[in-house]
Amino acid sequence: MLKIHQLHKSYPIGDSSLHVLKGIDLNVEDGEMVAIMGSSGSGKSTLLNIIGMLDEADSGDYILDGLPIKNLTEKKAALYRNKFLGFIFQSFNLINYKNALENVALPLYYQGMKRKERQEKAMFHLEKVGLADWAHHLPKELSGGQNQRVAIARALAANPKLLLADEPTGALDSTTSYDIMAFIQQLNDEGKTILMVTHEEDIANMCKRIVKLRDGVIMEDKKIKQVRAQQHV
Amino acid sequence: MFDLDLWREIFQSINKNRTRSVLSGFTVAFAILLFAILFGIANGLQNTFKEAFGTDANNSIVIFPGMTTKAHKGLQAGRLIRFKNEDHDFIMDEFGDKVQYMTSKVNRNVTASFKGEKNNYQLRAVHPEYMFIENNVVCEGRYVNQNDLNHKTKVAVIGKVVNDELFAKENAIGKYVSLNGISFKVVGIFTDDEGDNEERVIYVPLTTAQLLYGNTDFIDFMHLTYSPEMNSDAALAFGADITKKLKDRFSVARSDQRAIMVQNFAQGTKQVEIMTFGLTVIIFVIGIGTLIAGVVGVSNIMIFIVKERTKEIGIRKALGASPKSIVSIILLESILITTIAGYFGLLLGIGVLEWVGPGLEKYSIKDPGVSSSLIFGATLALIIAGAIAGYFPAKKASNIKPIVALRND
Repeated sequence: MLKIHQLHKSYPIGDSSLHVLKGIDLNVEDGEMVAIMGSSGSGKSTLLNIIGMLDEADSGDYILDGLPIKNLTEKKAALYRNKFLGFIFQSFNLINYKNALENVALPLYYQGMKRKERQEKAMFHLEKVGLADWAHHLPKELSGGQNQRVAIARALAANPKLLLADEPTGALDSTTSYDIMAFIQQLNDEGKTILMVTHEEDIANMCKRIVKLRDGVIMEDKKIKQVRAQQHV
Repeated sequence: MFDLDLWREIFQSINKNRTRSVLSGFTVAFAILLFAILFGIANGLQNTFKEAFGTDANNSIVIFPGMTTKAHKGLQAGRLIRFKNEDHDFIMDEFGDKVQYMTSKVNRNVTASFKGEKNNYQLRAVHPEYMFIENNVVCEGRYVNQNDLNHKTKVAVIGKVVNDELFAKENAIGKYVSLNGISFKVVGIFTDDEGDNEERVIYVPLTTAQLLYGNTDFIDFMHLTYSPEMNSDAALAFGADITKKLKDRFSVARSDQRAIMVQNFAQGTKQVEIMTFGLTVIIFVIGIGTLIAGVVGVSNIMIFIVKERTKEIGIRKALGASPKSIVSIILLESILITTIAGYFGLLLGIGVLEWVGPGLEKYSIKDPGVSSSLIFGATLALIIAGAIAGYFPAKKASNIKPIVALRND
């Protein structure tokens, strides 16, 4: 599914530059659920952004589902993001003037799907996250947990190969966090490949594999026995 | 290709961000409104200006004889110059192609009487062309014609005021009026839009007057209009040319200012032209200034909108929006708002001019108005300028890395 080899990335800071990723090697198979951990500044978010084609690596190879991701034009990157990737952000990143249904339908709009079809599909995914009754509410009328579920529905709408989550529970209380995690685990059970950045130990333990980053290199990469979130709810 | 979904997105964005949309629309509407009003007022001023110069032919040149003040070619100073019919012919021969109409004139004050009514009027003995120079309108009967001149007939064309005063009770045409004791047949009545004074006048054929008042061929002065194709500079040169030729003809020193006096209306016309040009420049500056202010307003709004929507742009890009779709959604929204607001400002401006226009006449602003094509052009210019001004921030926004945009909390 995902092959990364000797990935480097640095950011210019004034005259000097900050070397954030110093040669990352990572392979992720279909159906895996990987937590990327590390303290702040370890490069975990940068790695996720590069995987998400939101940012570009300076050097190294990144192959997604057999497609080399390199020197993409903006247009191509947009197309790939739409086709292959679903994003879940810490701050949800819903468009505030669109209701839940419209937010979920947005990636489908960029796929060029017909209005009626995409509304049906969006509704289907909203039902899946249990928010069908809230379809016509604006983000500000929903709770944090509900907003994150709308965001998950949106990430799922385009039926991506890979789900990327950047601290998906970072803005939620622990009960809601477990609720969301339970849902993400369920998606993984259904076969979705999931990559998640977190710095919370308990959340990481709910994944199947933990990759620990420190100062831009992978310190530890181990498979673990998944803790089911359902037990905590 | 008409993309219904794109427009739906745009309308939603406008509708859900109403304050932003109304504010940006207001700037544009206000710019167009100001443009319309300022232009309208300037046009009104120009109308007043034009009207103040009346309908007298303003391409006139009047030539008066005077008295020499300098000795020249053995002739003394203080010599009286008098024009004769041959001088009229001389000018026609020399400058015929540049002259539109020409008349010679003999002016007298006469006492006119008819059946006991009696009054003093100005008598002008003229050529038939005078009608066009003075812009007289014959309202009854006819004007002096060439036949009258050839046969030195005793006919008179009277002004409307003369008619009202002497012929209050009956139709004047065909009646005989006594002018200083000599009977003239009234053949016409005229009006002049310059008012009563110009209608207290009686016209008779030049030759008749010359015969009756001394059997001479003297004329008091000559009045001509130059060909209207001439611009004021050419007309001034033409006037100078006539002066020079006449001075030579009468053996007058070139530097003698009093012997032959030429009053050239082109002098005034030129000043009018300069003032009109000045006014046009002012109008132009005002118009361009207003438009620039509008364009700057639109660009500011566009920059602000892009800034405000950076995060939304990031989200859209993360979800797979292409740069092109980002540019078009921002640009089309601004063009739509600008167009609607511009149209609104246009209607408002025209409305305001219609409403206050008639009340402005006392401030010498007459018929303030702007051609709708001008305003349409201004709105179009604003839309295009706004689109160009908006394109760059939109383009920049579309190139923002989504990760940068998303970090922008």
